Amino acid sequence: MTMNSQGRPSAPAADKQAELPTISGDRGLDHEEKLIFELGRAGVSGVDLPDVAVSDVRLGGLRRRDAIGLPGLSEPEVVRHYVRLSRMNYAIDAGLYPLGSCTMKHNPRLNEKLARLPGFADLHPLAPLPASQGALALIAELSRWLTTLTGMPAVAMSPKAGAHGELCGILTIRAAVEARGEARTRVLVPESAHGTNPATAAFAGFTVDEVKATPEGRVDMASLKEKLGPDVAAFMLTNPNTCGLFERDVLEIADMIHAAGAYFYCDGANFNAIAGRVRPGDLGVDAMHINLHKTFSTPHGGGGPGAGPVVLSERLAAYAPLPLLVHDAKGFRLIEDESALPAGAKPFGRMSAFHGQMGMFVRALAYMLSHGRDGIRQASEDAVLSANYILASLKDVMSAPYEGPCMHEALFDDTFLHDTGVTTLDFAKAMIDEGYHPMTMYFPLVVHGAMLIEPTESESKESLDRFIQVLRAMALDAKARQRARFEGAPRLVPRRRLDETSASRKPVLRWKTPDLPKAAE
Amino acid sequence: MRYLPLAKDDRAAMLRKIGARDVDALFRDVPKAAAARVSDFDLPDMQGELEVERYLSRLAAKNVAAGDAPFFCGAGAYKHHVPAAVDHLIQRSEFLTSYTPYQPEISQGTLQCLFEFQTQVALITGMDVANASLYDGSTATAEAVLMAMRVTRRPKAILSGGLHPHYGETVRTVAHLHGEVVRAPVSPGRAEDVIALIDDQTACVVVQSPDVFGLIRDLKPIAEAAHAKGALLVAVVTEVVSLGLLEPPGHQGADIVAAEGQSIGNGLNFGGPYVGLFATRDKFVRQMPGRLCGETVDADGRRGYVLTLSTREQHIRREKATSNICTNSGLCALAFTIHLSLLGEEGLTRLARLNHARAAALADRLAKVKGVSAVTPAFFNEFTLRLPKPAAEVVDTLAAKGVIAGVPASRLMPSNAAVRDLLIVAATETTSDEDCTAFAAALTEVLS
Repeated sequence: MTMNSQGRPSAPAADKQAELPTISGDRGLDHEEKLIFELGRAGVSGVDLPDVAVSDVRLGGLRRRDAIGLPGLSEPEVVRHYVRLSRMNYAIDAGLYPLGSCTMKHNPRLNEKLARLPGFADLHPLAPLPASQGALALIAELSRWLTTLTGMPAVAMSPKAGAHGELCGILTIRAAVEARGEARTRVLVPESAHGTNPATAAFAGFTVDEVKATPEGRVDMASLKEKLGPDVAAFMLTNPNTCGLFERDVLEIADMIHAAGAYFYCDGANFNAIAGRVRPGDLGVDAMHINLHKTFSTPHGGGGPGAGPVVLSERLAAYAPLPLLVHDAKGFRLIEDESALPAGAKPFGRMSAFHGQMGMFVRALAYMLSHGRDGIRQASEDAVLSANYILASLKDVMSAPYEGPCMHEALFDDTFLHDTGVTTLDFAKAMIDEGYHPMTMYFPLVVHGAMLIEPTESESKESLDRFIQVLRAMALDAKARQRARFEGAPRLVPRRRLDETSASRKPVLRWKTPDLPKAAE
Repeated sequence: MRYLPLAKDDRAAMLRKIGARDVDALFRDVPKAAAARVSDFDLPDMQGELEVERYLSRLAAKNVAAGDAPFFCGAGAYKHHVPAAVDHLIQRSEFLTSYTPYQPEISQGTLQCLFEFQTQVALITGMDVANASLYDGSTATAEAVLMAMRVTRRPKAILSGGLHPHYGETVRTVAHLHGEVVRAPVSPGRAEDVIALIDDQTACVVVQSPDVFGLIRDLKPIAEAAHAKGALLVAVVTEVVSLGLLEPPGHQGADIVAAEGQSIGNGLNFGGPYVGLFATRDKFVRQMPGRLCGETVDADGRRGYVLTLSTREQHIRREKATSNICTNSGLCALAFTIHLSLLGEEGLTRLARLNHARAAALADRLAKVKGVSAVTPAFFNEFTLRLPKPAAEVVDTLAAKGVIAGVPASRLMPSNAAVRDLLIVAATETTSDEDCTAFAAALTEVLS
């Protein structure tokens, strides 16, 4: 029953009124917001700067002739615009974000504060080395944490995201294969792999071959054996895998790969399930990227930035890319060129202009120091415990394709929706109306209508219980063919389902002044 | 542990529900031989905020921040003033702690910002379309070269000698796997003849302007020569503030623009995270790498935004994707967008003029120091000086005197003896008259 401010039940007429379209088009706290280009005017700016005249003498005859076309807005207008836009987003700070394989855990604010210390945030990448010793010491200390936690001897710090780390790892392997004078042109990936794995291998010039999964959701050893051969450079395996399962044959897999003369690349996207409990170095891994932004919690920022350092085995360490960080009597030093390499170093090249994602390094090290080795292990255990709790609490009403225990994510398929007229997509979109971000849908590809739920270690038991209660009720509704809450969901949001087909058929990728044609053809 | 909400009793109750004796039972698939104990890790145990802050603050204090000294480094990363509103807005939870906008109904905030970002990038570069960002300028340049090879189905990329050497190395590292990378000779302060290198196997010519020595390059003749041979022009910009004053690459015939967007909205961060800008012509849209945000309508017919053309991307196309990129630089792109929205037309053009004016005044002043000569006749906010002795030595000596004098060219090209005496100097709106006076005085002293 709705109550008015005096505590009396409000009249039904008032409820009706709430459904009336408003005059403004806004609805209470929900504001519609135009594009920035539809706001503003000439001659206004949100930044006060002197109006300096400059001569053309030193512009090489290339002074800009036309106006740029940017709108002019004052600071209050810009602030309001982006605050209003922000309110159209779901966020981990506002609610459970069970996006499997993406690890939406809490982002400690201490880390944000420390990354903004001027000594890190206002430090130039090419500042003289004596002026950068603290930053280089931080990179060295973070490297120590990463190599210790993974049990691997070396790490390349410069990759800027998980996929960039994959590329770095695969190029390291490529360099090692070439150094052996071999022609290995194939890279194997499981059919359940992240899309970045085959894309990376192809990007690095390899052909990609798929290894089958068993009905238990793990690598099919017979398929792997059949695909391995003298032309295989590497097998890329995610472990725990994308079905949320630990590859229990991993030691045997490593032996098979090595016996075939290939390298074992591990996609470390799911390292957050095992950090502090398992060292990939003990599993025979030769190279593994670590998504610092996932396992060690950098805010995802609506799609980055991340960081993807790559730990390397003894066999691959020499091929790590530039720059190299060394420590000698004079302190820390960066080797940025092939002219002065330490003995044995044979870097395959360079991943990007500078030394990596310093902002993410600071946050990751703050996260590690806060947790400590015991806290990191506890975080992994809590993530695994929470996922298993969800699996155990939902498997009677939803359908789990694989036997547990799972690791940090619980995988369901759409068997329980069979003949209900409700799809995985409908189910996920209805979660939005219930106040939740949907789980990962239709991935991994080896399961029909996959729903991959990753609660992380950041949720309380109360939060998990409420989530379970909602999902159970939804599953029962679907099975009872009570489709109302699924059809056309979500309803209680700034925008309902969006037409993605027409978006890609006639792409409109930028704003243009209304008198110009809009379609980007 | 302050970040972990589960109490001991919660864990016990959850294990009971699962039917597991203890948490070890959940890890039963891990081979015994590979199970590690806490004591296996030579690392400290958990610490409070105070201890962590104290430790990291000490490390930070060992660095010389750009704001702590007269400061003149550029060469691909620039010290600018970022308005306070930018950092405040990007730290709103809804922007900071959301994922890639795969669920558009509850991500319209991020998506509309990306649409605005793409439009802004297209406008300042003078191009038709831009993507939703790549990692940084160097990786954007590498992606541009690979895209040019796909579009033209040709194997060769020609890199200008004025391209930032680290960009060149980043390009070579991936592009040599798909073709050939040819580097034109380095000629500080002069435009080298890249046109002569273009042949019928050339996919693209990559030219940076202003180049690594600060020289403004005329792209038009290069674009015309490239197009005449069926090749593309990839224009690289490492200082995007220059686009507020200089003719944009899109108006000079560039087919792809790869740029570093750090200067707008983002701090120096010792090299990352930065934000790669990537823009091209409409006709190449389906060959672009990275995410794209597009306009559409929802079920009620209201305007909204979605990620689109994802059939180019790795999560759909797998090994046939245009790139392997997944995570990009979302929050840095947002900072760029907010800063540029604050600046607007008037702000960006004033900022650009101010940068050029400061650099011109500094160049005049330093060129009067005995033994110093100017190398770059046309520049934006960065120029190169020839010193009477190795620039690296001078920079170290000046650093000891509290002046961060710029980037010695030898830092970027250690094996090129011809650039040993060259110093690359940048000035921005943050450079004060006092900074310039201190630099000139210290340089005079060191060289006398």
